[in-house]
Amino acid sequence: MLPYLHLQNSNYHLNDLCTYYDASSECCFPFHYVCCELWPWQMAKDKPSVLLSYVSMLRTPKSGSGVLHRMELPQLEHARLRRHDSAASVPQFCNSPTMIVMVGLPARGKTYISKKLTRYLNWIGVPTKMFNVGQYRREAVKIYKNFEFFKPDNEEAMKIRKACAAAALKDVALYFTKEQGQVAVFDATNTTRERRAIILSFAMEMGYKVFFVESICDDPEIIAENIKQVKFGSPDYADRDIDEAMEDFIQRIDCYRASYMPIDDEKDRKLSYIKIFDVGSRYLVNRVQDHIQSRIVYYLMNIHVTPRSIYLSRHGESELNLLGRIGGDTGLSPRGQKYASALATFIKGQKISDLKVWTSHMKRTVQTAEALGVQYEQWKALNEIDAGVCEELTYEEIQENFPEEFALRDQDKYRYRYPKGESYEDLVHRLEPVIMELERQENVLVICHQAVMRCLLAYFLDKPADELPYLRCPLHTVLKLTPIAYGCKVESFFLNIEAVNTHRERPMNVNVSRKTEEALQTVPDHI
Amino acid sequence: MIDNQEFMVEAYPRELTQNPLRKIWMPCKNGHIVHRRVCMTNCPTLIVTVGLPARGKTYISKKLTRYLNWIGVPTKEFNVGQYRRECLKIYKSFEFFRPDNEEGLKIRRQCALSALNDVRQYLSVEGGQVAVFDATNTTRDRRKTIIMFAEQNGYRVFFVESVCEDPEVIAQNIVQVKLGNPDYIDCNSDEAIKDFMKRIKCYESSYQPLDEVLDRDLSYIKIMDVGRRYLVNRVVDHVQSRIVYYLMNIHITPRSIYLCRHGESDLNIKGRIGGDSGLSDRGKEFAKRLRNFLQEQNIKNLKVWTSQMKRTIQTAEILGVSYEQWKSLNEIDAGVCEEMMYEEIQERYPLEFALRDQDKYRYRYPKGESYEDLVQRLEPVIMELERQENVLVICHQAVLRCLLAYFLDKTADELPYLKCPLHTVLKLTPVAYGNTQTFDLTAFSPCDPQLSQEAPS
Repeated sequence: MLPYLHLQNSNYHLNDLCTYYDASSECCFPFHYVCCELWPWQMAKDKPSVLLSYVSMLRTPKSGSGVLHRMELPQLEHARLRRHDSAASVPQFCNSPTMIVMVGLPARGKTYISKKLTRYLNWIGVPTKMFNVGQYRREAVKIYKNFEFFKPDNEEAMKIRKACAAAALKDVALYFTKEQGQVAVFDATNTTRERRAIILSFAMEMGYKVFFVESICDDPEIIAENIKQVKFGSPDYADRDIDEAMEDFIQRIDCYRASYMPIDDEKDRKLSYIKIFDVGSRYLVNRVQDHIQSRIVYYLMNIHVTPRSIYLSRHGESELNLLGRIGGDTGLSPRGQKYASALATFIKGQKISDLKVWTSHMKRTVQTAEALGVQYEQWKALNEIDAGVCEELTYEEIQENFPEEFALRDQDKYRYRYPKGESYEDLVHRLEPVIMELERQENVLVICHQAVMRCLLAYFLDKPADELPYLRCPLHTVLKLTPIAYGCKVESFFLNIEAVNTHRERPMNVNVSRKTEEALQTVPDHI
Repeated sequence: MIDNQEFMVEAYPRELTQNPLRKIWMPCKNGHIVHRRVCMTNCPTLIVTVGLPARGKTYISKKLTRYLNWIGVPTKEFNVGQYRRECLKIYKSFEFFRPDNEEGLKIRRQCALSALNDVRQYLSVEGGQVAVFDATNTTRDRRKTIIMFAEQNGYRVFFVESVCEDPEVIAQNIVQVKLGNPDYIDCNSDEAIKDFMKRIKCYESSYQPLDEVLDRDLSYIKIMDVGRRYLVNRVVDHVQSRIVYYLMNIHITPRSIYLCRHGESDLNIKGRIGGDSGLSDRGKEFAKRLRNFLQEQNIKNLKVWTSQMKRTIQTAEILGVSYEQWKSLNEIDAGVCEEMMYEEIQERYPLEFALRDQDKYRYRYPKGESYEDLVQRLEPVIMELERQENVLVICHQAVLRCLLAYFLDKTADELPYLKCPLHTVLKLTPVAYGNTQTFDLTAFSPCDPQLSQEAPS
């Protein structure tokens, strides 16, 4: 029985430690995956040498004598000072935590932007959390009567609102210090210089960077549409009828209007901010300080609110699918061909204007698109996850030839990287330009692969990293995603052509020492 | 992204065949591969610079052109000042630019039209995708002419205006760039500066910057104070979005970029490509010398980047500083040829070997990558390199070639043959030289000139 150490609450991944120097054998460990179980009371920081010995045994499975060798790790000290805590495929470039502070009158899309930005940053691997001050207010003042609460001369209410903002700021600090967050999105109107000054001094004191996102819009149609889409569903207006709610909300906006001081291009020229005018037809960007702010600006400048739908589908069933083999580059099976035709019929039936069709570079997606009889674009970035040495093997063969790899994969399927292959985490980084372009586009049909589709779906449905690799993306099923209010509506269309199941759930036993039957417990049927 | 022509009349699904060189699945008609276009935009784009002299317009034009060509968008710049120099042969003084100099105005107008003509040739006839029209274009009138020209020809227009009032920055510009200019070849510095300042004055009175209200339907980016502030209006497509992102990430702070490969690896010694081996003894020696070299260079705030392959990480480890790992900096994936010697590849895959020599840039190893794929995967690295200041990148041969091609503006044909020997550090320092930002390239070989065993590729 190998001794175990839990790494769960440590500040770094095994990956970090293990790229370090093993002075006794003078070699480094290249990294494929994280996740290791070691003695529960020994945190990695205290017994780094133990950690490395265990790793070395993983790397050479035949050596398993169960004896731990102590090794000298002089560099480990400075290892702990390293900025990033994950060996993701891209450095995270976050030094000090960043606060994104929204600014704008009600119904200007601040919460929409906050939620979307939070979802995007989390997906690319930057731990982000949103703090909606309105929520705090709703908890403090259980029942919302009417707009009078927001009148500038309502002293009682002012006190409560100030307290809510302060509580939210406190939670921001907790998120950064206790939960290793990197970005906090502070979603409130923040329409007065005074309020913004409070936030700035709080951030300065704590050593956080601040980036303002101001949304300015005077188009009455857009504002009315906003109010309809999101405010009517708000808990504040749960028992009001539509006209009353609209009336009240408009007066609420007026309460803010008098004291609204937009970010001033002269007075605030030292601040970092982006001003978004009229839902993105114009932007003013001032003093972008670092990588993460640059990415945020790029993202904000690419998103739009024009109604549209995104269709996600896998290629039709392939010949390797039938054999239960992963990866490869084969063509469609006869049932897969049938699906391609069915897809063509389905798409025509949806009567989509100006549909763009994207595929990967792999034969099976290109063949599927061919059946549609329309123009399509091939993206290498949409290729299926590279299974490295496991390409074209069945799960049974993987278990036979690489049993610890198989187990490690079940332990942390998101971060696990196939030897000479990729991880889901790598996939996400590879897919980021695809997501960016999907945001820019309108109606798109993406014909891709299981792992790829899981990553894309996780982005749209805000699924965290540990759920992502287990999302259900069966063959011969089209998912139609339509953005609505703050989220995404999903409709699933199974086109009635049978196909094998390629979904493998996480088995109960993920220990490296498990038996073959336990490992193969959840493998789907195949020829 | 690759387009496929629409075939309404043909029966579908069409047969697919894999292009043997690029390993891309294409529909084929009677055994012939259907011709396809690679494109990012539907219609060509005309980028038009706007701004007073000495505002960095040519700097931006050249840099943007270099970047777009590197990512695979055929781009060419058209500098109207060049046309004027060809027309005029001899530059006398700033008087040429006076707003009341009728003769001068006529010539300048002609030059602009001549340049536009060449733009049309490039975009509509030669298959270019982006043309950068580099001139002051400071009056609304001149811009209207250009907009009409673009409309007639079906081009999208995107303006890039550079606004700067900081006298120090302007003076720097003039000293760095204008003094070396052919216009001032026989003047001494003081004379030249005086004349140039008067030249700027000639434009100032008639300068109509892009206006938030009057020009609200145009697509443009206004860059203010060398990138402190940007105003972006109506970005309409992918290429414009990429251009905006790029322009917002570049800076002009002096800095140096150090590029080198990992130290010699065990597989290098055996003459095998790819793989993930560790450093040989000589490789470790190189890393130690590299450490000394860096200390001597005394670089402020140096960032060190490596790939996620053992040999670059080991090299960085010996430096004893903190570093960042990028998977995108991994060596080109040679697919089925990984860890083979060139002789073995010739033996087992003679066809592949031949195809690679036919078009080394686009050739993709079976189940592997091409240089073209590499460029795409390195684009975020380049973007971040632009944002950063002093950086040392420890990478691999093919990767280094791609990065070098970006900085030194090498074409796709030259890229796969750039010389990137082991144990050599390339130091790139941006230098303004007659309106170009070239890089001073110094090669340092911290080791004695021992040749490593690696096979030339």
